[in-house]
Amino acid sequence: MKEKLRSLWQRLFGDSIRAFGVVSLIFLVSLAIAPAKNFFSQWRHYQHDYLKMVRNRSDAVTLQRHFEGGIQQIWLPDLGVVDRCTSCHVGQKEVSLIDVSTQPFRRHPVIPHAIDQFGCTLCHRGQGAATTVSEAHNSTLAWEQPILPPRYIESSCGQCHRGPLPGTPQLNQGRHLLSRYGCVHCHTVKLPDGGPMKPTDDPPSLSHIADKTSREWIYAWLKDPQAYAATATMPNFKLSDDEVRDISAFLVANSAPIVGDTVTIAQKAASDPAAGASLYGESFCASCHAVQNAAGNLVGGDIGPELTRVGSKVKPEWLQGWLKNPRIYDPGTGMPHYRFNDSQVATLAGFLQAKADSDLLANVHLDPATPEQIAHGKRLVSDYGCASCHEIAGIKKPENFAPELSRIGSKPVTQLVFLPGMQHTLPDYIAAKIKQPRSFGKGLKMPQYSFSAVQIDSLATALLALNDRAASLPPSLTVAAPPESDYQPAGRAGKLMADLACFSCHRINGHGGTMAPDLTWEGSSVQRQWLVEFLKNPNTLRPALIRRMPKFNLTDGEVNELTDYIMTVYQSPEVDRDSMPPSGYPQGQVELGKQLFYGKYSCQGCHIVDTKADKGYVGPTLTHVGSRLTAAWIFQWMKNPQALRPGTMEPNRAMSDEDARALAAFLMSQKGGAKQEVAKK
Amino acid sequence: MTRYSLNHVGTAAPGCPAERSSAVALAVAVMVALLAISCSPKSESGPLLQPTAFGAAIVESSGGKQIVQTGSLLPQPLVVQVNDQQGTAVTGALVEFSGPSGVTFDPPNALTDSSGQVTTNVSLGGMAGRYELTASTIDKSHKKIDVKIEEIALGYQQTLGRQLNDQYCERCHNPESTVERVSNYDNLEIKPHPFTEGDTLNKISDADLTAIISHGGPALNKSALMPAWGNTLSKSDIQALISYIRAVSDPPYRVAGTVHAKN
Repeated sequence: MKEKLRSLWQRLFGDSIRAFGVVSLIFLVSLAIAPAKNFFSQWRHYQHDYLKMVRNRSDAVTLQRHFEGGIQQIWLPDLGVVDRCTSCHVGQKEVSLIDVSTQPFRRHPVIPHAIDQFGCTLCHRGQGAATTVSEAHNSTLAWEQPILPPRYIESSCGQCHRGPLPGTPQLNQGRHLLSRYGCVHCHTVKLPDGGPMKPTDDPPSLSHIADKTSREWIYAWLKDPQAYAATATMPNFKLSDDEVRDISAFLVANSAPIVGDTVTIAQKAASDPAAGASLYGESFCASCHAVQNAAGNLVGGDIGPELTRVGSKVKPEWLQGWLKNPRIYDPGTGMPHYRFNDSQVATLAGFLQAKADSDLLANVHLDPATPEQIAHGKRLVSDYGCASCHEIAGIKKPENFAPELSRIGSKPVTQLVFLPGMQHTLPDYIAAKIKQPRSFGKGLKMPQYSFSAVQIDSLATALLALNDRAASLPPSLTVAAPPESDYQPAGRAGKLMADLACFSCHRINGHGGTMAPDLTWEGSSVQRQWLVEFLKNPNTLRPALIRRMPKFNLTDGEVNELTDYIMTVYQSPEVDRDSMPPSGYPQGQVELGKQLFYGKYSCQGCHIVDTKADKGYVGPTLTHVGSRLTAAWIFQWMKNPQALRPGTMEPNRAMSDEDARALAAFLMSQKGGAKQEVAKK
Repeated sequence: MTRYSLNHVGTAAPGCPAERSSAVALAVAVMVALLAISCSPKSESGPLLQPTAFGAAIVESSGGKQIVQTGSLLPQPLVVQVNDQQGTAVTGALVEFSGPSGVTFDPPNALTDSSGQVTTNVSLGGMAGRYELTASTIDKSHKKIDVKIEEIALGYQQTLGRQLNDQYCERCHNPESTVERVSNYDNLEIKPHPFTEGDTLNKISDADLTAIISHGGPALNKSALMPAWGNTLSKSDIQALISYIRAVSDPPYRVAGTVHAKN
């Protein structure tokens, strides 16, 4: 062996000429490595494939002319973007390549941004400067951020766009859920523009809980909130029987009766299901509250809590008091203060009390609480951070109870603890944390939510948008969310509107719910007499609407107070309500308006003027519009409806003044049939 | 045009670490070969399921024809049912799901339950378009039988179009009513075309659709009940709407993946 090596050595390096020759050869070979490496690079292969693909197309010449070989790079110093993705993803801007179904050559789908101005990695993440497939797409030692899976891609929109966008429903929903399910009670989320994300749920105060419900119900609820109501936002804390026993003991012991105004209950709850159901219907409780029907479907709105089993929850006296005036128990509630009389309260209370589920509390038998149990319950209430969401007398709201999530979208993967069998990526981690928080270790406090898989994806999308880049973008590139308004009407009318919880459904000056029409310009829009009648006895204007304005049983004085305020304050500068008279238009103009209504503009597709012939079910019925709206409002509305009510469905027809005036004249002549006028009086 | 001599270098499978040390062609070739061996034939994860029964037919129960954004989960799970020759449900038959690249099934295979059904959550791939999913089972003679299910993934523009459709168009153009939205379709003397009506809508060019949407039905001698939306919707809104209409039309507007014929 040794001999052989020696002879090999002799043969190669035996004399200086041989040695020189061999060394030169080695040198030449190593010199050739660099160009060879370049020559066999992946991007060159893809560009070659691209040209091969293009060759067979009818538009080959154009595509070939547009093709530029070599490494392509988008460099945007302002954004920190150095993206060479287009070296392989050739033809991203070729409109005709939309029909190519294989990557990397499929044209980028249409988005509102140009690739040249934003690059690729701003949205897709990954390593932009890399020139091999795996380095660009996957995590490497030097680059942690892999390509963002397409299901979370909307999170990238959310880096710059702080408000909802019409094209990003998933991101919008995720942000909504973060607030709606109270995630931000425990987790601080500082938005990139400074302010904290605010919760939109309204967890009830527990300081007077014993007035409202029994310890047994609290026990059952804490054990499994969704067993009481599938729609409950309260998560399941997976508490043991002992823990639930002690927490319920503490909450009941800690509860103090409401001081101050109390409601005297005049009658016992009446058991008249038919009258109860009709009062429940007339009061449009279902506009906000849902009840499960026999088929198991929820019927009703989600503004208030589900009432399917409410009879198993609330105490009869409390329910009567609540129906009489909810603001005594909870001054900030979104529930309107209906002016029910005593017998109505009794009827409705009896009807709701009957919505009980005997199984719910059947297995809950609690012995009287001991002081040790109460003390233990108090400790548990602090440990689980109950006071982060609920007001509890004697317990301070904990600060930063859970980890802050303001930069969760940039959390380094090395800082995460993964479950066995999980993909080691941030999005997977976030989704798993939401899906099964307790499986990440013993002693974790995050409760179990009952989110659907789609909701979990939306939440992860919203959280991934909270990243370093979002926080460090120059203000010129960010699109702020529409400013939140905390508008409150002033004076006695303002108090009345708060009492009736108008803002739970209506929006005024950017504040309030979206279920019912925006009332910002209501004073310019409607006639005083109509508004008075409507507040006394609301009826729906749109035939197809299922959610409606409830009847609050207001006194004449209250109706006048409200009407005066609305007519004076909610005036649009665009509409001079006195500029056009309510009636007395020339017959010719009315006729022209009628022709336009049924001909040129075919309004009958959506509206009803003649109840016999017209069938339009989309917009409000216009049979009485002449006694409802002002002529000036109709005129301006015809000219540009979106200017008066942004987002309204009525199309802007860009009408001439003449057409708009004629239509206004025609519609003002629609004051309802003579018969109905009589009936009204 | 430049020509390259090397035919195929191959792409590293995702999730497979590619080394940067490929120095010479030989090394590259070796690496590719190694990679191919190490990560291409990944066996199905999880325990192998053994069917306890065999069906004669497989049908879709629910979950087909859903429309979602690219990459996202279908809101409803996909449910298929295995029946025997008499049409009764078979319990314990093995059902496997497959689809184009990017589609994931959770679980990818399962045995039918007591009602003969298998339920799986599906998320579609990152590219907009139609996805043909396959659910298959084996019959007694070990022959594969399958059912094809179509789902639609919307890109950004089409999602925007869908949002506009929901806001402005659907009340008249969708004959189906829901609890929240009563359809106006039946009330209209001249019926609007549902956007899925590909037989009609596919024949109308983009330019004509744009004209009808912007200027109303009379622009193309159609019903005046279709109002003009040109002052309400922007040009890009209308483009988005058209892209949505094209995406949901049935039969499909233009089959995805066609390659232009050679001149």
